[in-house]
Amino acid sequence: MTTKSKDLSYYQRAKRQREILVSGAVTLLGIILLSIYLMPLGYGVITSLKTKAQVSDPDAPILPSENVVFTYEGERYDVLNVPTDDGIQEWALVKKGRGSSTFLDINNPEAGPIEWEGNWRSLEPVRELDVQWSNYPDAWNTIRFPRLLWNTLVYAFVTMIGTLIASSMVAYGFARFRFPFKNILFVVLISTIILPPAVTLVPTYAFFVNVLHWGGTWLPLIVPQMFGNAYNVFLLRQYFMTIPKEMEEAARIDGAGPIRTFISVILPQAAPALTAVALFHFFFAWNDFFGPLIYLAGNRDANPITVGLTEFNGLYNSDTQLILAAAIISMVLPLTIFFIAQRVFIQGIVITGVDK
Amino acid sequence: MRWQEARWGLFFISPWLIGFAIFYLVPMIASLVFSTYNFTLSAPDEARFVGLQNWQRMLFEDPKTWESLFVTFRFALISLPVGMVTAFLLAVLLNSKNLIGRNIFRTLFYAPTMVPLIAAILIWSAVLNPQTGWINRVVEFFGVQAVGVNGLRWLDDPSLIYIAYTFIGLYGIGNAILINLASLQGVPTELYEAAEIDGANWLRRLWTITIPMVTPVIFYNLILSVVGLLQYFIVPWVLNGGSGYPEGMTNFYMIYFYKQAFTFQNMGYGAALAWLMFIVALVITLFLFATGRYWVYYSGDTGNDD
Repeated sequence: MTTKSKDLSYYQRAKRQREILVSGAVTLLGIILLSIYLMPLGYGVITSLKTKAQVSDPDAPILPSENVVFTYEGERYDVLNVPTDDGIQEWALVKKGRGSSTFLDINNPEAGPIEWEGNWRSLEPVRELDVQWSNYPDAWNTIRFPRLLWNTLVYAFVTMIGTLIASSMVAYGFARFRFPFKNILFVVLISTIILPPAVTLVPTYAFFVNVLHWGGTWLPLIVPQMFGNAYNVFLLRQYFMTIPKEMEEAARIDGAGPIRTFISVILPQAAPALTAVALFHFFFAWNDFFGPLIYLAGNRDANPITVGLTEFNGLYNSDTQLILAAAIISMVLPLTIFFIAQRVFIQGIVITGVDK
Repeated sequence: MRWQEARWGLFFISPWLIGFAIFYLVPMIASLVFSTYNFTLSAPDEARFVGLQNWQRMLFEDPKTWESLFVTFRFALISLPVGMVTAFLLAVLLNSKNLIGRNIFRTLFYAPTMVPLIAAILIWSAVLNPQTGWINRVVEFFGVQAVGVNGLRWLDDPSLIYIAYTFIGLYGIGNAILINLASLQGVPTELYEAAEIDGANWLRRLWTITIPMVTPVIFYNLILSVVGLLQYFIVPWVLNGGSGYPEGMTNFYMIYFYKQAFTFQNMGYGAALAWLMFIVALVITLFLFATGRYWVYYSGDTGNDD
């Protein structure tokens, strides 16, 4: 009896140990993969805080740092790590020489100059952590961020409202009503997803720019968003179909027409799906590049953040630290929204992901 | 009553019906008509009807058409499998019960997808910088001495550029990961339990249960990736200026289309190129649907065969 329970507990212990080991290994693998995956973002943040000199120096340390300078009697000298009989000393280089150079001990400069035999070029400079926060205001001012952000935000919000209204209407139509050719129309709607936008682009462009003279304005980008889009309609329709029909019937008995039912019964019920669509759209608008590139050509004041960043990249391509600071500023808002709303967001994708 | 219902249905879908007519149907037909003309937007009155000349030139006389299509396919052949396999394996990892803090991992793996693409491209171009980027430091750390004085030139070396682009592409796989993940969670656990009793190990369960059960989602990701890659534009445009550099490796189809239609203002020829892209996309999609019958498994359609 006792031996048996002992065996059992031994077996259970072994099993638990094995589980902990597996969990540890899997989690470790996850951490390693995640670090590799996020490494470029880390690089971006760190590099955006460096000086231009450090960014372009291949031998510079990884963290933002600056060579230490020693000021003595009004002169500025680089401080180097000098190997001496008493170990490595931090000395300021006063006079560079071929065979020997003159140094000052920064802790005791009154002791006078010290001659050091050897090539000063072989010595490592002393560095200290030095974070260039000023890169951010510099980037902000150079790139005219307020203008770019404003343009992008207006575009995102105006089209978000348009696409929410239109897509939810269309989704409701497909989810709840019977009408001729409904299935064919739905297949046509879904197949617009695989239609390359290039096919419609040339005539649409000609129409907007030559007939309506909307070139250089946001109208060609905003107006087409007002008619609903296949992804959003699909997602919302999936969601609407899960809402119990009884609620609408109750509203109908109370005398509400279809529009009234849609607004006061369906839309409030679908808040999570509508939020997901709003977020999807926001990220789409924040990222939109090709449309603004062709329609806003020639009107720099109208540029969104994406086009503004590429232009900045072209003009300041030797100032990597500023470009990276600008890139990071441009991702602050989307990432913040994502982290706040990630539950809704991921749920939204799951709704579209399942049930295909 | 039925007529009334149909009327309401059509009312609700009318935004899309109108939008479809204005922004899809009419432009598609117009695009077909445009492809039989030669004209520029600066002088639309001088449009000249040329019949099928644009199509003939595009298909038989312009080597760039096929070259750019070939470039696009060659890149897709590398980038597509890498992206899909990575997304699937990461989803398996993020679905593992043994992963401690799964939700944090899921959020963090998804986060790069939320980084604006342009920002990600700019960061990647710095990371890939031959002298100062981290990638070459890592390569050197692992003792690859062949790197040379200037390091591996990721964006200038024709043999490396697609690898670099594929890395950048991995920053957009978040949605594919999530869709895979949702589908993995839908696999019935009884199947795994039964297999475990039969003594099937982890790899065998992955191969014989998980993968067949998630083939519909793999199929969906495949179609979206193919259609997306056919329109590959922003990365080569921002990084290599749409110049084709190096050695024509970045002459992607969409870039060629953009240059013809908007840089050179050959609107008619551009319309023909766009139609060819549509035909290629359609053929590939239909082909995938045809082959899908043999490898995509829908758990709903069992039972009829036996």
